[in-house]
Amino acid sequence: MHVKDGHTLKVYRDHGGYKALEKALKMAPADVIDEVKKSALRGRGGAGFPTGMKWSFVPKDSPKVKYVVCNADESEPGTFKDRYLMERDPHALLEGMIIAGWALGSTTGFIYTRGEYKYLIDVMDVAIAEAREAGLLGKNILGSGLDMDIHTHTGAGAYICGEETALLSSLEGHRGHPRLKPPFPAVEGVYASPTVVNNVETLTAVPQIINMGGEAWQKLGTEKSGGTKLWSVSGHVNKPGVYELPMGYADMEKFIMEDCGGIRGGKKLKACIPGGSSVYIMNAGQIVGKNVPMDYEGLVAAGSSVGSGGFIVMDETVDIVESTKNLTEFYKHESCGWCTPCREGTDWLVKIFNRISEGSGRPEDAQLMLDICDNIEGKSFCPLGDAAAWPIQSAIKQFPDDFKKWLVDKTASNGVTANI
Amino acid sequence: MAAATPTSYTDKILVSDEVAEFSAAVVEEMKMHVAKYPAERSRSALIPLLFVIQRERGWVDNPGVNFLAKFLNLEVTDVWETATFYSMFNMRPVGRHHIQICKTLSCKIMGEPEITDHICSKLGIHPGETTEDGKYTVTMVECLGSCGTAPMMQIGFDYHEDLTTEKVDKILEACK
Repeated sequence: MHVKDGHTLKVYRDHGGYKALEKALKMAPADVIDEVKKSALRGRGGAGFPTGMKWSFVPKDSPKVKYVVCNADESEPGTFKDRYLMERDPHALLEGMIIAGWALGSTTGFIYTRGEYKYLIDVMDVAIAEAREAGLLGKNILGSGLDMDIHTHTGAGAYICGEETALLSSLEGHRGHPRLKPPFPAVEGVYASPTVVNNVETLTAVPQIINMGGEAWQKLGTEKSGGTKLWSVSGHVNKPGVYELPMGYADMEKFIMEDCGGIRGGKKLKACIPGGSSVYIMNAGQIVGKNVPMDYEGLVAAGSSVGSGGFIVMDETVDIVESTKNLTEFYKHESCGWCTPCREGTDWLVKIFNRISEGSGRPEDAQLMLDICDNIEGKSFCPLGDAAAWPIQSAIKQFPDDFKKWLVDKTASNGVTANI
Repeated sequence: MAAATPTSYTDKILVSDEVAEFSAAVVEEMKMHVAKYPAERSRSALIPLLFVIQRERGWVDNPGVNFLAKFLNLEVTDVWETATFYSMFNMRPVGRHHIQICKTLSCKIMGEPEITDHICSKLGIHPGETTEDGKYTVTMVECLGSCGTAPMMQIGFDYHEDLTTEKVDKILEACK
């Protein structure tokens, strides 16, 4: 990712760029899908669904135009890896999308990017123009018979549009409301046509998979979690940034304390959210000395999950009630309002947090919040409701003293009583 | 604090029949956006075109929305229902420099409150307000995807990251 001028077609090609496309175009589309299946690549947007399986759901005999949609909405707190991929390696994304187009019989791709990333849309537009000029997009790509074009599309500030069906609603020019599944987008996606929606990191991995072969790529990681993964690290570490690690890297403590330079100012680790804000928060006791492997299975066993790979590291100065309140405000703001449990539930939760911050919390408020979360989790129209509930459920479970301090003593664990 | 204008959602939508006019170059740009989508799916261009309206008019106003409705062959309410969903569309005029400060967790724990206080006291406004001279608007926003370089703010479309109060002073100075 740090190659000088790596965003240009020339430098990308000088480093072997578009060789995977040449190779893929000589393979049968079904064989390309097989390689992706063998790679054990799981979607890097958060849900972790096996990519090859998702591709195989697209009906081969559909007479409709098929679409490849790149989810570049990246709005999960703590997550900023896709930014770096698009900024420094835009042609890898395009190459992955064109290979996906060949595998799926698609003629059109869209890159749906959050509106705030305007500078990245400009980078992608330049890369697309370069690719068109070089015959890598357009009619009869590299003489293969594949006709495909890719366009950028701009979102406008709505986290929910990272949910694949809400993204499709937005791509059609509507409010970003999620859609009922089934039908899944692979069968009825944008314009009711077969559509594969993949994250930037997922699609960018595809050229590597084709170059190396699916099995070799899988072996970079673990049996069920193939390849490498980008982790974006923020918060109280000495070296925040984006790190690429093999799936199954052991262990999470070493990653935070050594690779990321340890906790800033020599303070103690208090908490870490390892997968973006919508996974369970972990306390230091779940991490230190536990040899937690950084992959889907390892993090679930340790009490959290991979999600989007957005590590938010918090030191001992952070009050978990205040930090959880901050995330709940995020989910309240970003709830699309489509369904009642999420819309009303997140609003109610913020009201309780406000009451607590003002020193008027009641001992029974923790249980009340858990009850509200129970009425959101699994009962909202889309996963945003679950994402709102999980930080609160895990915070109350893993940091009971912080809640007790507020609810009984009316003060924050860090001695600060002002609102975060 | 100086008198200031709130920038929350307008209470004056759908009250004007005026239709905005745009130069041939802007209309051409709009047509280029529409051309990305299948012919019968021009509504897909609505969000990109709302950005054009906002850039040209300063905000998403009635005449601009009326123009878009005609341009895309939609009802005016179709345009409003989409525009009002997305936080990047300003339903009131904002300052020439729209300062959007990220308030979400990573920025919050890395010093956002101090940055916000510094900016607001320098400009003499509260978050959500515009300075009397119409130069600056400060808005608190949710995660902008710069968590590793927190705290951060966006002015217009430019990201400013790893902020300190000294850095903020220089950035605001450059805005003048």
